[in-house]
Amino acid sequence: MTKSDWLAALEIRHGKALQERFSAVSVAVCGLGGLGSNVAISLARAGIGRLHLIDFDRVDISNLHRQQYGVSQLGMYKTEAMRQILYEINPYCKVVTDTVRLNEENLSLIAECGIVCECFDNAECKAMLVNGVTERYPEKHIVAASGMSGLHTGNTIQTKRLGRRLYICGDGMSDVSDDGTLFAPRVMLCAAHQANTVLRIIAGEFEV
Amino acid sequence: MVRINGVELKVAGKTISDYLAESGYDTKRVAVELNGDILPKAQYDSTVLQDGDSVEIVSFVGGG
Repeated sequence: MTKSDWLAALEIRHGKALQERFSAVSVAVCGLGGLGSNVAISLARAGIGRLHLIDFDRVDISNLHRQQYGVSQLGMYKTEAMRQILYEINPYCKVVTDTVRLNEENLSLIAECGIVCECFDNAECKAMLVNGVTERYPEKHIVAASGMSGLHTGNTIQTKRLGRRLYICGDGMSDVSDDGTLFAPRVMLCAAHQANTVLRIIAGEFEV
Repeated sequence: MVRINGVELKVAGKTISDYLAESGYDTKRVAVELNGDILPKAQYDSTVLQDGDSVEIVSFVGGG
């Protein structure tokens, strides 16, 4: 599969004009757990030009129930494991990785990305990233997630828009510390809302 | 009256920080939209709610 084969196949599906937009965009995926692993795969499939993957952690057996890694990847850094997966799907996506814990001090790592996906699991980290990006990079769009734990109905997972450039996907309520755990499909629903929102932003569709 | 998360409340004159504390929010987990813009955290102490303001407070929950 050459690059022109791949782009031609995407253009048949998405149309040339939209695919050119997808190919030109750089998206940060901050956190590569249940949300981020699914978001990254959806965006690579759509032919996003550049994905910047940020996560400090390694693939653990306890991740396999909802994250898109395989047994052969146990112990690998999630950044490297996801790079492998994305390469199999879309070898022409430019994948940049940082195996670090993203915080207020190193937030400039996402400076080159026009859209930032907040895919952390910790509530304080989520708020840190959302507030940090909106304050320091007000021109960027940020697509965050809050509330996708438990085995509740999937119909409460929604996308809300706050301000002009912040989107928050999820039910807004279900906290993993109350529900005890997460299940793959409901996390994937939320990640799918995030990835869909990213594509809509690139397409110029800003309403939810 | 101030509209907060869709409910009209008599809280004009309070700062954002006061309102968050009184309402039991953990400020380390929130994002606040005031009249259509996300309010920087550094302005929570100095921003006084006015009649007619519209506020959305998001309190992030864990899981991902």
